[in-house]
Amino acid sequence: MTQAFRIENGGLINRDKKLSFKFNGKTYLGYEGDTLASALLANGVHLVGRSFKYHRPRGFFGAGVDEPYAVVQLFRNGETEPNIKATEQELFEGLEAKSVNCWPSVNFDVGAINNFLKIFLPAGFYYKTFMWPKSFWYRIYEPFIRKAAGLGVASTKHDKERYEHKYEYCDLLIAGSGPSGLAGAYAAAKNGAKVILAEDKPRFGGSLLTSDVNIGNQSGKDWAEGIIAELKTMPNVVVKNRSQIFGYYDHNMLVMSEKVSDHLPLTKKYHPNKRLWYIRAKEVLISSGSIERPIVFGNNDTPGVMLSSAAKEYLKVYGVLVGRKPLVFTNNDSGYETAIEFKKHGVDPVVLDSRKNPESEIIDEAKNLGINIKYSYVVVAAQGYKKVKSADIASISEDKKQLGKIENIQCDCICVSGFWTPTIHLASQSGNKTKFKEEIDAFIPGQSKQNEITLGAANGVFSLEETLKTSFTAGSELSKKITENDNKIAIPNVVEKKSSQHDKFWCVPLPKGKNYKRFLDFQNDVAVSDVEIALREGYRSIEHVKRYTTLGMATDQGKTSNLNGLQLVSEIENKVVPAVGHTTFRPPYTPVSIGAIVGREVGKHSKPTRKSPMHSWHEKNNAVFVDAGVWLRPRYYKRGNENLFEGSKREAKNVRTNVGVCDVTTLGKIDIKGPDAAELLNRVYTNAWLKLPVGKARYGVMLREDGIVMDDGTTTRISENHYHMTTTTAQAANVLSHLEYYLQLVWPELNVNVVSTTEQWAGAAIAGPKSRDLLQKLFPNSDVSNEGLPFMGYMEGDLFGVKARIYRISFSGELAYEVNVASDYGNFMWEKIIEVGEEFNIQPYGTEALSTLRIEMGHVAGSELDGRTIPYDNALEGLVSKKKDFIGKRSLQRSAFITEDRQRIVGVVPLDKQTSIPEGSHLVKNDKAPLPNPKLGHISASCWSVEYDNPFSLAILKDGKNMIGQKLFAMSPLKNKVIPVEIVSSHYVDPKGERVRS
Amino acid sequence: MLHINCPHCGMRSQNEFSYGGDASVKRPELNKEVSDQDWDNFVYNRKSLRGKHLELWQHISGCRQWIKVERDTATHEIFRTFKADEEVA
Ligand SMILES: [Zn+2]
Repeated sequence: MTQAFRIENGGLINRDKKLSFKFNGKTYLGYEGDTLASALLANGVHLVGRSFKYHRPRGFFGAGVDEPYAVVQLFRNGETEPNIKATEQELFEGLEAKSVNCWPSVNFDVGAINNFLKIFLPAGFYYKTFMWPKSFWYRIYEPFIRKAAGLGVASTKHDKERYEHKYEYCDLLIAGSGPSGLAGAYAAAKNGAKVILAEDKPRFGGSLLTSDVNIGNQSGKDWAEGIIAELKTMPNVVVKNRSQIFGYYDHNMLVMSEKVSDHLPLTKKYHPNKRLWYIRAKEVLISSGSIERPIVFGNNDTPGVMLSSAAKEYLKVYGVLVGRKPLVFTNNDSGYETAIEFKKHGVDPVVLDSRKNPESEIIDEAKNLGINIKYSYVVVAAQGYKKVKSADIASISEDKKQLGKIENIQCDCICVSGFWTPTIHLASQSGNKTKFKEEIDAFIPGQSKQNEITLGAANGVFSLEETLKTSFTAGSELSKKITENDNKIAIPNVVEKKSSQHDKFWCVPLPKGKNYKRFLDFQNDVAVSDVEIALREGYRSIEHVKRYTTLGMATDQGKTSNLNGLQLVSEIENKVVPAVGHTTFRPPYTPVSIGAIVGREVGKHSKPTRKSPMHSWHEKNNAVFVDAGVWLRPRYYKRGNENLFEGSKREAKNVRTNVGVCDVTTLGKIDIKGPDAAELLNRVYTNAWLKLPVGKARYGVMLREDGIVMDDGTTTRISENHYHMTTTTAQAANVLSHLEYYLQLVWPELNVNVVSTTEQWAGAAIAGPKSRDLLQKLFPNSDVSNEGLPFMGYMEGDLFGVKARIYRISFSGELAYEVNVASDYGNFMWEKIIEVGEEFNIQPYGTEALSTLRIEMGHVAGSELDGRTIPYDNALEGLVSKKKDFIGKRSLQRSAFITEDRQRIVGVVPLDKQTSIPEGSHLVKNDKAPLPNPKLGHISASCWSVEYDNPFSLAILKDGKNMIGQKLFAMSPLKNKVIPVEIVSSHYVDPKGERVRS
Repeated sequence: MLHINCPHCGMRSQNEFSYGGDASVKRPELNKEVSDQDWDNFVYNRKSLRGKHLELWQHISGCRQWIKVERDTATHEIFRTFKADEEVA
């Protein structure tokens, strides 16, 4: 329970607030301001996981986003999230975390047998080892690999957290709040530009939090705090911590994930867990800094081996010693800064510098402090299994090929610095072609492609003075272009220690007779030998080497491994690094939670819900609803204990015997006006429209240019140049776009306007033999007799003071009408129809009864007009004009569309008149034929015919025209059914269509 | 996400638009004989160009106008946009 590795004072944590947390079931204490990593290290916990492939023990390697090892399963407020980096997770009271990728436990891991038995799965092991025999894959290999190689477990529960999306626009977006980001933001903000400054860590300041510099007579950290405080007061600036810009997309769109609640034990009321920002920026300043890179040596993955910058950060930010006997292994001056910090806190480090006799201010300071420094010395291998216990070290020749005598020295951590790699991910994602900078052995951004500029360490500039100068200037210049303000800002004085040149050295040679694993990629366990194998086996492109070895493909995306991998390939191939090139950087820069990407669009919110004006009436009257596209429609109105089958049968039967009313508001409605309206309809529909009189409706079918039926519906001529088109519910939006396409692009000479009026009208279909009697009572002043309002007739009427449109059209095949009123009167209309209809035994009917009625009449709907059928297939060829041209007509001459045995709609009745045929069943000649049994057609829609009281289905059947009377089998492997059936006409009820005209 | 300059409305994000394919396709005139080959070319055959491409977009959540967009299919750079009836020089 003691934080044995926490120093007395110092760090930026809040020592007044202790927090307790659990790791692998054990309780520890930390402080507010800790990360899970710093709190564990304060408690001396270095073993946090197992590696992906060999299950080797894993500790902490970094202190932030670059961490390849310390990936944990997090438990918070009854939820669990996998793949959380312990170095990024802020500590909160009650936090619980567990190691991942260890089975059965982190201390005893069965998978580590991979390591000890020296099966040592080399490069391409998945491809080679598990290829044969094939039958072993599913039963043995895959379950084993899955169990052994997972990284955490996703929750299977519904996520109760909320995630939000936000769209934002700004003049200047700045990625990273280190010295460059702060300077750029400050200068641009002073010019009045709209600035967003994003920092992924909880604390602003970047490297200024840990570096020993002085800006304008303040420490770097104090200067940063002053700038941030001032920026926060400015109305034109948004300053965001815990916010990672992870993707740079086209046209200067960047996406940022803001962790709103992850640092708290509970999400605050009305707060999201995370917020995803889509930011369209006029200019982007990438100040994402750099990541220290490791030097490769034997067993360099042992817990206790970590980046020297991380060790310094744990000490300066969190007041934590990562060891009491540190060994610092460096090829540049950065290692000395870490050593000096150790020394200042009473710990004696040993520094191994691969360089022969470097000289600089920092080295002088280390010398003056009495730090033990060994030049031309390297770590050959770390010793210790679950924690570093000692190190084998040796002197190294100037050409870095020969090792001296191996010595062993005691140490409990090895802090390694192989110089710095600029973080160029965002620049590269933007399309910037990066270039190799010889002086720093790394890639930096090249020519900008979008409006982006990269400055500071991310651009390979490691001098603070130069970084501040260029960043202040860039901030002013970029904002001046936009705001036309030019407020001069004095650039503050900088005091920093000058560094000496780093050593171009990245990999310690193996000593004779030793075969240490030297890891390049710590998360995916890719060693130097794996890359050597890949190259030996002929892989040349760096992209291929990456995929074959999985180098840089883990969740850390090779932030610490990429450059060393490139160095190795270039060395073996005897090419320079820029010629090898780097693999493509793709978003996201760091893993983003799926919840944040999905946002609010989950469950019911994944699409809008549209309700008709009569919805509340349906609800009050026990409607059971069904999703119809985005609409909610009554499926049936439940009475007592009725189920769907019983209820819909009752409703359909009542339509056939009395009268029913159905809410048809959802139908698409398009108002068409203009002198050329008839001509447009004549080109859009397959049948003739030029002679439709005013006050008449007509059924029409429209095709796509490829001859496939697009939609059907009725269109009514309201007045001379005014038509009212209806579409199916599903195709409403597509039909409108279709009409607009032809009017705007193909036939702009047509003088027509179209507009959607779907939401302007509420619609009720009144159907059944008693519908005219009801209509007469609803419209006592109108002549709705068969002569006054014949089939396909239209009139306007007065519904108790409300203007109504009355169409005599029928989908049910019964005598039927559709009444439309303005939406606001929809409920009034509906209640009147129910009230007046009572004496005629009216019942409302839902979509299920509606389907039954249309199916037994052989009327086609979406299940037949499924994007694969032409008019003939639906028995609609009578509506295809031979005389005039229309959209898609030419395609109907295609040979496949005119074959003699072309598919066609038929009716299907089970021989036993009992068994309902599942929709989607295949029709076959012989139910015993070997698979694949030739399919003759499929069942498109099924119902229980209320007219004949037996099941009835529609099907699209090959040579349907000549199949009437044939006996076939309907087979549904999904429902495990084989049903003997007879093919009949699709017009099962009232084949002559007398009822609609009665 | 692309940023498209609707000639009627101004700069808008891609999610307000829907894509409409190659703008250079000309529908054969009505009531004219069309060979199988010409009709197939109109209905089905498209060049999948790398580089500058003139294409149709509809500003579906805006002014509902079909517009022409000159875009590089490889880099997504948008050079110019045109109204439906504007001649593309
Ligand atoms: Zn527009």
